[in-house]
Amino acid sequence: MASTEEDGSVEEKENNNKKRTKSAIAVAWLTFYNIAMTAGWLVLAMAMIRFYIQRGTHKGLYKSIARTLKFFQTIALLEVVHCAIGIVRTSVIVTGVQVCSRIFMVWFITNSIKQIQNEESVILFLVVWTVTEITRYSFYTFNLLNHLPYFIKWARYNMFIIMYPLGVVGELMTIYAALPYVRKTGMLSMRLPNKYNVSFDYYYFLIIVMLSYIPLFPQLYFHMLRQRRKVLLGEIIVEKDE
Amino acid sequence: MTRPSLTSDESFRTLTAKMKHYEVEILDAKTKDKLCFLDKVEPNATIGEIKSMFHKSHPQWYPARQSIRLDPKGKSLKDEDVLQHLPVGTTATFYFRDLGAQISWVTVFLTEYAGPLLLYLMFYFRVPFIYAPKYDFTTSKHWVVHLACMCHSFHYLKRLLETLFVHRFSHGTMPLRNIFKNCTYYWGFAAWMAYYINHPLYTPPTIYGEQQVRMALVLFLFCQIGNFSIHIALRNLRPPGSKTRKIPYPTKNPFTWIFLLVSCPNYTYELGSWLGFTLMTQCLPVAFFTAVGFIQMTVWAKGKHRSYLKEFRDYPPLRSPILPFIL
Repeated sequence: MASTEEDGSVEEKENNNKKRTKSAIAVAWLTFYNIAMTAGWLVLAMAMIRFYIQRGTHKGLYKSIARTLKFFQTIALLEVVHCAIGIVRTSVIVTGVQVCSRIFMVWFITNSIKQIQNEESVILFLVVWTVTEITRYSFYTFNLLNHLPYFIKWARYNMFIIMYPLGVVGELMTIYAALPYVRKTGMLSMRLPNKYNVSFDYYYFLIIVMLSYIPLFPQLYFHMLRQRRKVLLGEIIVEKDE
Repeated sequence: MTRPSLTSDESFRTLTAKMKHYEVEILDAKTKDKLCFLDKVEPNATIGEIKSMFHKSHPQWYPARQSIRLDPKGKSLKDEDVLQHLPVGTTATFYFRDLGAQISWVTVFLTEYAGPLLLYLMFYFRVPFIYAPKYDFTTSKHWVVHLACMCHSFHYLKRLLETLFVHRFSHGTMPLRNIFKNCTYYWGFAAWMAYYINHPLYTPPTIYGEQQVRMALVLFLFCQIGNFSIHIALRNLRPPGSKTRKIPYPTKNPFTWIFLLVSCPNYTYELGSWLGFTLMTQCLPVAFFTAVGFIQMTVWAKGKHRSYLKEFRDYPPLRSPILPFIL
Protein backbone atom coordinates (compact mmCIF):
# COMPACT_ATOMS: atom_id res chain seq x y z
CA MET A 1 0.00 0.00 0.00
CA ALA A 2 1.06 3.57 -0.46
CA SER A 3 3.18 5.29 2.15
CA THR A 4 1.79 6.95 5.20
CA GLU A 5 1.98 10.68 5.45
CA GLU A 6 2.76 10.56 9.16
CA ASP A 7 6.31 10.40 10.44
CA GLY A 8 7.72 7.23 11.94
CA SER A 9 6.95 8.08 15.57
CA VAL A 10 4.16 6.29 17.41
CA GLU A 11 0.99 8.33 17.77
CA GLU A 12 -0.58 8.68 21.20
CA LYS A 13 -2.13 5.36 22.05
CA GLU A 14 -5.88 5.73 21.96
CA ASN A 15 -6.01 2.38 23.71
CA ASN A 16 -5.76 4.30 26.99
CA ASN A 17 -9.37 5.24 26.45
CA LYS A 18 -10.55 1.71 25.62
CA LYS A 19 -12.24 0.24 28.65
CA ARG A 20 -10.31 -2.70 29.99
CA THR A 21 -13.36 -4.24 31.65
CA LYS A 22 -15.91 -5.71 29.26
CA SER A 23 -19.56 -4.97 29.74
CA ALA A 24 -21.68 -7.68 31.34
CA ILE A 25 -23.68 -8.09 28.13
CA ALA A 26 -20.52 -8.67 26.11
CA VAL A 27 -19.29 -11.30 28.57
CA ALA A 28 -22.68 -13.01 28.61
CA TRP A 29 -22.91 -13.05 24.84
CA LEU A 30 -19.35 -14.31 24.35
CA THR A 31 -19.87 -17.04 26.94
CA PHE A 32 -23.04 -18.14 25.18
CA TYR A 33 -21.32 -17.98 21.79
CA ASN A 34 -18.33 -20.06 22.87
CA ILE A 35 -20.47 -22.65 24.63
CA ALA A 36 -22.64 -22.94 21.54
CA MET A 37 -19.64 -23.34 19.25
CA THR A 38 -18.03 -25.94 21.56
CA ALA A 39 -21.30 -27.86 21.49
CA GLY A 40 -21.57 -27.54 17.72
CA TRP A 41 -18.14 -28.95 17.03
CA LEU A 42 -18.72 -31.71 19.60
CA VAL A 43 -21.86 -32.65 17.67
CA LEU A 44 -19.78 -32.76 14.51
CA ALA A 45 -17.20 -34.95 16.21
CA MET A 46 -19.89 -37.34 17.43
CA ALA A 47 -21.52 -37.52 13.99
CA MET A 48 -18.20 -38.29 12.33
CA ILE A 49 -17.30 -40.99 14.86
CA ARG A 50 -20.75 -42.54 14.66
CA PHE A 51 -20.67 -42.59 10.84
CA TYR A 52 -17.32 -44.30 10.77
CA ILE A 53 -18.28 -46.87 13.40
CA GLN A 54 -21.54 -47.69 11.64
CA ARG A 55 -20.29 -47.68 8.03
CA GLY A 56 -16.65 -48.61 8.46
CA THR A 57 -15.66 -46.28 5.65
CA HIS A 58 -15.11 -42.57 5.18
CA LYS A 59 -16.96 -42.50 1.87
CA GLY A 60 -20.08 -40.40 2.24
CA LEU A 61 -18.95 -39.06 5.62
CA TYR A 62 -18.52 -35.51 4.36
CA LYS A 63 -21.97 -35.50 2.82
CA SER A 64 -23.55 -36.65 6.07
CA ILE A 65 -22.05 -33.82 8.13
CA ALA A 66 -21.93 -31.15 5.40
CA ARG A 67 -24.88 -29.10 6.62
CA THR A 68 -23.73 -28.97 10.24
CA LEU A 69 -20.19 -28.14 9.19
CA LYS A 70 -21.31 -25.32 6.90
CA PHE A 71 -23.54 -23.90 9.61
CA PHE A 72 -20.98 -23.78 12.40
CA GLN A 73 -18.03 -22.77 10.28
CA THR A 74 -19.99 -19.91 8.69
CA ILE A 75 -21.24 -18.63 12.05
CA ALA A 76 -17.57 -18.15 12.92
CA LEU A 77 -17.74 -14.96 10.85
CA LEU A 78 -19.17 -13.42 14.00
CA GLU A 79 -15.69 -13.65 15.48
CA VAL A 80 -14.53 -11.00 13.04
CA VAL A 81 -17.36 -8.77 14.24
CA HIS A 82 -16.34 -9.39 17.87
CA CYS A 83 -12.85 -8.09 17.09
CA ALA A 84 -14.19 -5.17 15.07
CA ILE A 85 -16.45 -3.92 17.87
CA GLY A 86 -13.73 -4.50 20.42
CA ILE A 87 -15.23 -7.08 22.75
CA VAL A 88 -12.45 -9.47 21.80
CA ARG A 89 -8.94 -8.04 21.84
CA THR A 90 -7.48 -9.66 18.76
CA SER A 91 -6.55 -8.14 15.44
CA VAL A 92 -9.48 -7.98 13.02
CA ILE A 93 -7.17 -8.79 10.14
CA VAL A 94 -5.68 -11.93 11.72
CA THR A 95 -9.10 -13.26 12.68
CA GLY A 96 -10.47 -12.27 9.29
CA VAL A 97 -7.76 -14.17 7.45
CA GLN A 98 -8.24 -17.27 9.59
CA VAL A 99 -12.03 -17.34 9.25
CA CYS A 100 -11.90 -16.56 5.54
CA SER A 101 -9.52 -19.41 4.85
CA ARG A 102 -11.94 -21.78 6.59
CA ILE A 103 -14.94 -20.38 4.72
CA PHE A 104 -12.95 -20.71 1.51
CA MET A 105 -12.15 -24.39 2.14
CA VAL A 106 -15.73 -25.25 3.07
CA TRP A 107 -17.70 -23.27 0.49
CA PHE A 108 -15.34 -22.89 -2.44
CA ILE A 109 -13.59 -26.23 -2.37
CA THR A 110 -15.36 -29.10 -0.66
CA ASN A 111 -18.90 -27.84 -1.07
CA SER A 112 -18.54 -26.87 -4.72
CA ILE A 113 -16.41 -29.69 -6.06
CA LYS A 114 -18.38 -32.83 -5.29
CA GLN A 115 -15.85 -35.20 -6.81
CA ILE A 116 -13.29 -34.64 -4.07
CA GLN A 117 -15.66 -35.03 -1.13
CA ASN A 118 -14.57 -38.62 -0.52
CA GLU A 119 -10.86 -37.91 -0.53
CA GLU A 120 -8.92 -39.00 2.56
CA SER A 121 -7.38 -35.55 2.82
CA VAL A 122 -10.85 -34.12 3.51
CA ILE A 123 -11.25 -36.41 6.50
CA LEU A 124 -7.78 -35.40 7.65
CA PHE A 125 -8.49 -31.70 7.83
CA LEU A 126 -12.02 -32.28 9.20
CA VAL A 127 -10.57 -34.24 12.12
CA VAL A 128 -7.90 -31.60 12.71
CA TRP A 129 -10.42 -28.76 12.59
CA THR A 130 -12.80 -30.56 14.94
CA VAL A 131 -10.14 -31.27 17.55
CA THR A 132 -8.72 -27.74 17.27
CA GLU A 133 -12.07 -25.98 17.48
CA ILE A 134 -13.36 -28.00 20.42
CA THR A 135 -10.16 -27.18 22.30
CA ARG A 136 -10.20 -23.52 21.29
CA TYR A 137 -13.83 -22.78 22.07
CA SER A 138 -13.77 -24.59 25.41
CA PHE A 139 -10.59 -22.65 26.26
CA TYR A 140 -12.39 -19.35 25.57
CA THR A 141 -15.46 -20.53 27.51
CA PHE A 142 -13.53 -21.48 30.62
CA ASN A 143 -11.49 -18.28 30.37
CA LEU A 144 -14.65 -16.18 30.35
CA LEU A 145 -15.96 -18.13 33.35
CA ASN A 146 -12.59 -17.57 35.09
CA HIS A 147 -12.20 -21.29 35.76
CA LEU A 148 -9.63 -22.54 33.29
CA PRO A 149 -8.58 -26.16 33.91
CA TYR A 150 -4.88 -26.57 33.23
CA PHE A 151 -5.42 -29.43 30.79
CA ILE A 152 -7.49 -27.20 28.49
CA LYS A 153 -4.76 -24.58 28.52
CA TRP A 154 -2.20 -27.32 27.93
CA ALA A 155 -4.24 -28.72 25.03
CA ARG A 156 -4.72 -25.34 23.37
CA TYR A 157 -1.05 -24.50 23.45
CA ASN A 158 0.36 -27.95 22.64
CA MET A 159 -2.01 -29.72 20.25
CA PHE A 160 -1.44 -27.17 17.54
CA ILE A 161 2.16 -28.32 17.23
CA ILE A 162 0.90 -31.45 15.45
CA MET A 163 -2.55 -30.25 14.39
CA TYR A 164 -1.43 -27.20 12.38
CA PRO A 165 0.91 -29.06 10.03
CA LEU A 166 -1.54 -31.96 9.65
CA GLY A 167 -4.35 -29.54 8.85
CA VAL A 168 -2.21 -27.78 6.25
CA VAL A 169 -1.38 -31.11 4.62
CA GLY A 170 -5.07 -32.06 4.52
CA GLU A 171 -6.10 -28.72 3.03
CA LEU A 172 -3.33 -28.58 0.45
CA MET A 173 -3.94 -32.16 -0.69
CA THR A 174 -7.65 -31.43 -1.05
CA ILE A 175 -7.07 -28.32 -3.15
CA TYR A 176 -4.57 -30.23 -5.27
CA ALA A 177 -7.09 -33.02 -5.82
CA ALA A 178 -9.67 -30.45 -6.89
CA LEU A 179 -7.50 -28.86 -9.57
CA PRO A 180 -8.33 -31.18 -12.51
CA TYR A 181 -12.08 -30.75 -11.93
CA VAL A 182 -11.72 -26.97 -11.75
CA ARG A 183 -9.80 -26.99 -15.00
CA LYS A 184 -12.35 -29.17 -16.72
CA THR A 185 -15.48 -27.28 -15.67
CA GLY A 186 -13.98 -23.78 -15.74
CA MET A 187 -15.97 -23.01 -12.60
CA LEU A 188 -15.93 -19.52 -11.06
CA SER A 189 -13.88 -18.32 -14.02
CA MET A 190 -14.52 -15.43 -16.36
CA ARG A 191 -12.97 -14.97 -19.76
CA LEU A 192 -12.58 -12.04 -22.12
CA PRO A 193 -14.37 -10.41 -23.83
CA ASN A 194 -16.96 -9.23 -21.31
CA LYS A 195 -18.42 -5.87 -20.41
CA TYR A 196 -16.46 -5.55 -17.14
CA ASN A 197 -13.15 -5.98 -18.95
CA VAL A 198 -11.75 -8.37 -16.40
CA SER A 199 -10.81 -12.03 -16.40
CA PHE A 200 -10.39 -14.56 -13.63
CA ASP A 201 -9.07 -18.09 -13.80
CA TYR A 202 -10.04 -20.08 -10.70
CA TYR A 203 -7.50 -22.77 -11.59
CA TYR A 204 -4.52 -20.40 -11.42
CA PHE A 205 -6.08 -18.69 -8.42
CA LEU A 206 -6.04 -22.01 -6.55
CA ILE A 207 -2.41 -22.55 -7.46
CA ILE A 208 -1.58 -19.12 -6.04
CA VAL A 209 -3.56 -19.98 -2.89
CA MET A 210 -1.55 -23.15 -2.46
CA LEU A 211 1.72 -21.24 -2.91
CA SER A 212 0.63 -18.63 -0.37
CA TYR A 213 0.65 -21.29 2.33
CA ILE A 214 4.46 -21.20 2.07
CA PRO A 215 4.92 -17.71 3.55
CA LEU A 216 1.75 -17.66 5.66
CA PHE A 217 1.84 -20.98 7.49
CA PRO A 218 5.27 -20.46 9.15
CA GLN A 219 4.20 -17.03 10.39
CA LEU A 220 1.07 -18.40 12.07
CA TYR A 221 2.97 -21.41 13.40
CA PHE A 222 5.77 -19.39 14.95
CA HIS A 223 3.27 -16.91 16.35
CA MET A 224 1.56 -19.77 18.18
CA LEU A 225 4.93 -21.10 19.33
CA ARG A 226 5.77 -17.71 20.80
CA GLN A 227 2.36 -17.51 22.49
CA ARG A 228 2.99 -20.97 23.92
CA ARG A 229 6.33 -19.94 25.40
CA LYS A 230 4.74 -16.88 26.98
CA VAL A 231 1.66 -18.58 28.36
CA LEU A 232 2.84 -22.03 29.35
CA LEU A 233 6.43 -21.41 30.22
CA GLY A 234 6.07 -17.85 31.50
CA GLU A 235 8.87 -16.61 29.32
CA ILE A 236 9.05 -12.86 28.89
CA ILE A 237 9.63 -12.27 25.24
CA VAL A 238 10.91 -8.82 24.24
CA GLU A 239 9.27 -7.95 20.96
CA LYS A 240 11.65 -6.88 18.21
CA ASP A 241 11.23 -3.25 17.29
CA GLU A 242 10.61 -2.53 13.62
CA MET B 1 36.19 61.77 26.73
CA THR B 2 33.30 59.34 26.46
CA ARG B 3 34.02 55.70 25.89
CA PRO B 4 32.54 54.55 22.56
CA SER B 5 29.53 52.33 23.43
CA LEU B 6 29.68 48.70 22.31
CA THR B 7 28.18 47.92 18.93
CA SER B 8 25.35 45.39 18.92
CA ASP B 9 27.71 42.83 17.41
CA GLU B 10 30.22 43.22 20.19
CA SER B 11 27.56 43.10 22.89
CA PHE B 12 26.24 39.85 21.44
CA ARG B 13 29.65 38.31 21.46
CA THR B 14 30.22 39.41 25.03
CA LEU B 15 26.91 37.92 26.03
CA THR B 16 27.53 34.54 24.43
CA ALA B 17 30.98 34.36 25.96
CA LYS B 18 29.25 34.60 29.30
CA MET B 19 26.69 31.84 28.44
CA LYS B 20 27.53 28.37 29.54
CA HIS B 21 28.06 25.67 27.01
CA TYR B 22 25.99 22.54 27.26
CA GLU B 23 27.18 18.99 27.50
CA VAL B 24 25.17 16.46 25.55
CA GLU B 25 25.22 12.72 26.08
CA ILE B 26 23.38 10.39 23.76
CA LEU B 27 22.27 6.99 25.02
CA ASP B 28 20.81 4.06 23.13
CA ALA B 29 17.06 4.02 23.85
CA LYS B 30 16.93 0.26 24.23
CA THR B 31 20.20 -0.73 25.87
CA LYS B 32 20.91 2.63 27.56
CA ASP B 33 24.54 2.34 26.42
CA LYS B 34 26.39 5.62 26.17
CA LEU B 35 26.85 6.13 22.47
CA CYS B 36 28.24 9.63 22.28
CA PHE B 37 29.35 12.49 24.46
CA LEU B 38 29.50 16.01 23.10
CA ASP B 39 30.93 18.82 25.12
CA LYS B 40 30.96 22.53 24.43
CA VAL B 41 27.63 22.47 22.63
CA GLU B 42 26.17 25.90 21.94
CA PRO B 43 22.94 26.58 23.85
CA ASN B 44 21.30 27.68 20.62
CA ALA B 45 22.30 24.49 18.80
CA THR B 46 19.42 22.72 17.13
CA ILE B 47 18.67 19.02 17.28
CA GLY B 48 19.58 18.92 13.60
CA GLU B 49 23.06 20.19 14.42
CA ILE B 50 23.42 17.70 17.25
CA LYS B 51 22.44 14.94 14.83
CA SER B 52 25.22 16.05 12.48
CA MET B 53 27.71 15.93 15.36
CA PHE B 54 26.47 12.46 16.33
CA HIS B 55 26.83 11.36 12.73
CA LYS B 56 30.53 12.29 12.82
CA SER B 57 31.21 9.79 15.59
CA HIS B 58 28.88 7.16 14.14
CA PRO B 59 29.13 7.50 10.35
CA GLN B 60 26.70 4.66 9.68
CA TRP B 61 23.85 6.62 11.28
CA TYR B 62 23.29 9.59 9.01
CA PRO B 63 21.01 12.28 10.50
CA ALA B 64 17.92 11.18 8.57
CA ARG B 65 17.87 7.81 10.32
CA GLN B 66 18.39 9.22 13.82
CA SER B 67 15.47 9.54 16.17
CA ILE B 68 16.48 11.66 19.14
CA ARG B 69 14.14 11.89 22.07
CA LEU B 70 14.09 13.05 25.67
CA ASP B 71 12.53 9.83 26.86
CA PRO B 72 13.37 6.33 25.55
CA LYS B 73 9.72 5.73 24.75
CA GLY B 74 8.79 9.31 23.91
CA LYS B 75 8.21 11.16 20.69
CA SER B 76 11.06 12.16 18.42
CA LEU B 77 12.37 15.66 18.79
CA LYS B 78 12.23 17.88 15.74
CA ASP B 79 15.33 19.01 13.90
CA GLU B 80 14.34 22.64 14.51
CA ASP B 81 14.09 22.27 18.30
CA VAL B 82 16.70 24.39 20.07
CA LEU B 83 18.75 22.89 22.90
CA GLN B 84 18.25 25.68 25.42
CA HIS B 85 14.48 25.64 24.93
CA LEU B 86 14.21 21.96 25.80
CA PRO B 87 13.46 20.79 29.36
CA VAL B 88 17.06 19.72 29.98
CA GLY B 89 19.82 20.81 32.34
CA THR B 90 23.21 21.99 31.13
CA THR B 91 24.11 18.32 30.84
CA ALA B 92 21.45 17.03 28.51
CA THR B 93 20.67 13.35 28.10
CA PHE B 94 19.07 12.24 24.89
CA TYR B 95 18.00 8.81 23.74
CA PHE B 96 18.72 7.52 20.27
CA ARG B 97 16.71 5.14 18.14
CA ASP B 98 17.79 3.94 14.72
CA LEU B 99 14.96 4.46 12.26
CA GLY B 100 16.56 2.12 9.74
CA ALA B 101 17.75 2.90 6.26
CA GLN B 102 15.97 5.95 4.90
CA ILE B 103 15.11 7.11 1.44
CA SER B 104 13.98 10.56 0.38
CA TRP B 105 10.29 11.22 -0.25
CA VAL B 106 11.15 12.72 -3.63
CA THR B 107 12.97 9.57 -4.73
CA VAL B 108 10.07 7.36 -3.63
CA PHE B 109 7.47 9.51 -5.36
CA LEU B 110 9.43 9.72 -8.59
CA THR B 111 9.99 5.98 -8.69
CA GLU B 112 6.46 4.98 -7.77
CA TYR B 113 4.95 7.33 -10.39
CA ALA B 114 7.40 6.68 -13.22
CA GLY B 115 6.51 2.96 -13.11
CA PRO B 116 2.82 3.30 -13.96
CA LEU B 117 3.57 5.87 -16.65
CA LEU B 118 5.99 3.57 -18.46
CA LEU B 119 4.23 0.27 -17.76
CA TYR B 120 0.90 1.50 -19.11
CA LEU B 121 2.57 2.67 -22.30
CA MET B 122 4.15 -0.75 -22.75
CA PHE B 123 0.69 -2.32 -22.66
CA TYR B 124 -0.74 0.43 -24.87
CA PHE B 125 1.84 -0.19 -27.57
CA ARG B 126 1.36 -3.94 -27.11
CA VAL B 127 4.99 -4.71 -26.58
CA PRO B 128 5.76 -8.45 -27.23
CA PHE B 129 5.20 -11.19 -24.61
CA ILE B 130 2.10 -9.56 -23.13
CA TYR B 131 -0.63 -10.51 -25.58
CA ALA B 132 -0.70 -13.17 -28.29
CA PRO B 133 2.12 -12.61 -30.84
CA LYS B 134 -0.25 -11.69 -33.64
CA TYR B 135 -1.16 -8.52 -31.69
CA ASP B 136 2.42 -7.30 -31.13
CA PHE B 137 2.77 -3.58 -31.80
CA THR B 138 -0.80 -3.29 -33.06
CA THR B 139 -3.09 -0.49 -31.91
CA SER B 140 -6.62 -0.69 -30.57
CA LYS B 141 -9.46 0.22 -32.87
CA HIS B 142 -11.42 1.85 -30.02
CA TRP B 143 -10.91 5.60 -29.60
CA VAL B 144 -11.67 5.33 -25.86
CA VAL B 145 -8.51 3.23 -25.47
CA HIS B 146 -6.41 6.06 -26.93
CA LEU B 147 -8.23 8.55 -24.72
CA ALA B 148 -7.63 6.39 -21.65
CA CYS B 149 -3.92 6.20 -22.43
CA MET B 150 -3.71 9.97 -22.72
CA CYS B 151 -5.56 10.48 -19.44
CA HIS B 152 -3.54 7.90 -17.52
CA SER B 153 -0.24 9.24 -18.86
CA PHE B 154 -1.26 12.83 -18.20
CA HIS B 155 -2.19 11.94 -14.64
CA TYR B 156 1.16 10.38 -13.79
CA LEU B 157 3.13 13.02 -15.67
CA LYS B 158 1.31 15.63 -13.62
CA ARG B 159 2.23 13.76 -10.44
CA LEU B 160 5.89 13.59 -11.45
CA LEU B 161 6.03 17.30 -12.21
CA GLU B 162 4.23 18.17 -9.00
CA THR B 163 6.77 16.11 -7.06
CA LEU B 164 9.60 18.02 -8.65
CA PHE B 165 8.17 21.55 -8.67
CA VAL B 166 5.10 21.93 -6.51
CA HIS B 167 5.06 19.86 -3.34
CA ARG B 168 6.78 21.08 -0.16
CA PHE B 169 7.43 17.98 1.93
CA SER B 170 7.21 18.01 5.73
CA HIS B 171 9.64 15.15 6.02
CA GLY B 172 12.80 14.58 4.05
CA THR B 173 12.88 10.80 4.27
CA MET B 174 10.87 7.67 4.97
CA PRO B 175 11.94 4.10 5.79
CA LEU B 176 13.57 2.35 2.85
CA ARG B 177 11.18 -0.61 2.81
CA ASN B 178 8.35 1.77 1.91
CA ILE B 179 9.66 2.09 -1.63
CA PHE B 180 9.13 -1.64 -2.18
CA LYS B 181 5.65 -1.56 -0.69
CA ASN B 182 4.62 1.54 -2.63
CA CYS B 183 6.04 0.47 -5.96
CA THR B 184 4.39 -2.94 -5.69
CA TYR B 185 1.07 -1.18 -5.12
CA TYR B 186 1.33 1.42 -7.89
CA TRP B 187 3.14 -0.68 -10.47
CA GLY B 188 1.05 -3.78 -9.78
CA PHE B 189 -2.27 -2.02 -10.15
CA ALA B 190 -1.08 -0.06 -13.20
CA ALA B 191 -0.06 -3.26 -14.97
CA TRP B 192 -3.32 -4.98 -14.00
CA MET B 193 -5.46 -2.11 -15.31
CA ALA B 194 -3.39 -1.53 -18.42
CA TYR B 195 -3.52 -5.22 -19.36
CA TYR B 196 -7.30 -5.17 -19.70
CA ILE B 197 -7.82 -1.70 -21.13
CA ASN B 198 -5.32 -2.32 -23.92
CA HIS B 199 -6.33 -5.93 -24.48
CA PRO B 200 -7.30 -6.89 -28.05
CA LEU B 201 -10.59 -8.21 -26.62
CA TYR B 202 -11.36 -5.01 -24.69
CA THR B 203 -15.04 -3.98 -24.72
CA PRO B 204 -15.70 -0.21 -24.71
CA PRO B 205 -18.38 1.14 -22.34
CA THR B 206 -21.72 -0.40 -23.15
CA ILE B 207 -24.08 1.05 -20.55
CA TYR B 208 -24.32 4.57 -21.96
CA GLY B 209 -21.74 4.31 -24.70
CA GLU B 210 -20.16 7.45 -26.04
CA GLN B 211 -22.05 9.74 -23.71
CA GLN B 212 -20.62 7.84 -20.74
CA VAL B 213 -17.10 8.30 -22.03
CA ARG B 214 -17.62 12.03 -22.62
CA MET B 215 -19.05 12.68 -19.18
CA ALA B 216 -16.29 10.58 -17.61
CA LEU B 217 -13.70 12.68 -19.43
CA VAL B 218 -15.26 15.90 -18.18
CA LEU B 219 -15.25 14.57 -14.62
CA PHE B 220 -11.65 13.42 -14.99
CA LEU B 221 -10.38 16.75 -16.33
CA PHE B 222 -12.38 18.78 -13.82
CA CYS B 223 -10.85 16.79 -10.96
CA GLN B 224 -7.34 16.94 -12.39
CA ILE B 225 -7.54 20.74 -12.47
CA GLY B 226 -9.11 20.72 -9.02
CA ASN B 227 -6.40 18.48 -7.58
CA PHE B 228 -3.69 20.68 -9.10
CA SER B 229 -5.34 23.82 -7.73
CA ILE B 230 -5.33 22.37 -4.24
CA HIS B 231 -1.67 21.39 -4.52
CA ILE B 232 -0.79 24.94 -5.54
CA ALA B 233 -2.89 26.40 -2.74
CA LEU B 234 -1.19 24.14 -0.17
CA ARG B 235 2.22 25.03 -1.55
CA ASN B 236 1.47 28.72 -1.18
CA LEU B 237 0.61 28.21 2.47
CA ARG B 238 4.18 27.32 3.16
CA PRO B 239 7.18 29.56 2.48
CA PRO B 240 10.06 27.84 0.63
CA GLY B 241 12.16 25.59 2.83
CA SER B 242 9.83 25.87 5.80
CA LYS B 243 7.73 23.27 7.51
CA THR B 244 5.03 25.57 8.88
CA ARG B 245 1.47 24.39 9.10
CA LYS B 246 -1.46 26.71 8.50
CA ILE B 247 -5.17 26.24 7.95
CA PRO B 248 -5.87 26.19 4.20
CA TYR B 249 -8.64 28.54 3.04
CA PRO B 250 -10.46 29.06 -0.28
CA THR B 251 -8.61 31.37 -2.65
CA LYS B 252 -9.75 33.25 -5.74
CA ASN B 253 -9.55 29.98 -7.67
CA PRO B 254 -13.08 28.44 -7.68
CA PHE B 255 -11.59 24.97 -7.51
CA THR B 256 -10.36 25.78 -4.00
CA TRP B 257 -13.79 26.81 -2.73
CA ILE B 258 -14.26 23.18 -1.74
CA PHE B 259 -12.04 24.02 1.27
CA LEU B 260 -15.23 25.39 2.83
CA LEU B 261 -16.56 21.86 3.17
CA VAL B 262 -13.56 19.55 3.16
CA SER B 263 -10.18 19.37 4.95
CA CYS B 264 -8.35 17.39 2.27
CA PRO B 265 -9.90 18.30 -1.09
CA ASN B 266 -6.84 17.01 -2.91
CA TYR B 267 -8.04 13.53 -1.98
CA THR B 268 -11.62 14.37 -2.90
CA TYR B 269 -10.51 15.46 -6.37
CA GLU B 270 -8.24 12.42 -6.68
CA LEU B 271 -11.21 10.15 -5.98
CA GLY B 272 -13.20 12.04 -8.59
CA SER B 273 -10.45 11.61 -11.19
CA TRP B 274 -10.33 7.87 -10.69
CA LEU B 275 -14.12 7.57 -10.69
CA GLY B 276 -13.98 9.35 -14.02
CA PHE B 277 -11.34 6.96 -15.30
CA THR B 278 -13.40 3.98 -14.10
CA LEU B 279 -16.49 5.18 -15.95
CA MET B 280 -14.43 5.99 -19.02
CA THR B 281 -12.89 2.54 -19.29
CA GLN B 282 -15.64 0.47 -17.64
CA CYS B 283 -12.96 -1.82 -16.32
CA LEU B 284 -13.39 -3.67 -13.02
CA PRO B 285 -9.69 -3.57 -12.04
CA VAL B 286 -9.85 0.23 -12.31
CA ALA B 287 -12.87 0.19 -9.99
CA PHE B 288 -10.87 -1.89 -7.51
CA PHE B 289 -7.94 0.49 -7.68
CA THR B 290 -10.28 3.42 -7.10
CA ALA B 291 -11.88 1.68 -4.12
CA VAL B 292 -8.58 0.75 -2.49
CA GLY B 293 -7.18 4.23 -3.08
CA PHE B 294 -10.31 5.77 -1.62
CA ILE B 295 -9.99 3.69 1.55
CA GLN B 296 -6.35 4.68 2.01
CA MET B 297 -7.03 8.37 1.30
CA THR B 298 -9.92 8.36 3.74
CA VAL B 299 -7.60 7.04 6.45
CA TRP B 300 -5.08 9.81 5.65
CA ALA B 301 -7.79 12.48 5.44
CA LYS B 302 -9.22 11.52 8.82
CA GLY B 303 -5.75 11.65 10.35
CA LYS B 304 -5.02 15.03 8.81
CA HIS B 305 -8.41 16.37 9.89
CA ARG B 306 -7.74 15.23 13.44
CA SER B 307 -4.32 16.94 13.42
CA TYR B 308 -5.87 20.17 12.19
CA LEU B 309 -8.49 20.05 14.95
CA LYS B 310 -5.83 19.38 17.56
CA GLU B 311 -3.47 22.08 16.38
CA PHE B 312 -5.90 24.91 15.62
CA ARG B 313 -8.54 26.04 18.09
CA ASP B 314 -10.35 28.05 15.44
CA TYR B 315 -10.58 25.31 12.83
CA PRO B 316 -13.75 25.72 10.70
CA PRO B 317 -16.37 23.35 12.13
CA LEU B 318 -18.26 22.83 8.87
CA ARG B 319 -15.46 20.82 7.27
CA SER B 320 -15.43 17.03 6.84
CA PRO B 321 -12.21 15.10 6.20
CA ILE B 322 -12.78 13.97 2.60
CA LEU B 323 -16.44 13.93 1.49
CA PRO B 324 -18.62 16.99 2.23
CA PHE B 325 -20.94 16.20 5.15
CA ILE B 326 -20.49 12.46 4.71
CA LEU B 327 -17.01 11.28 5.62
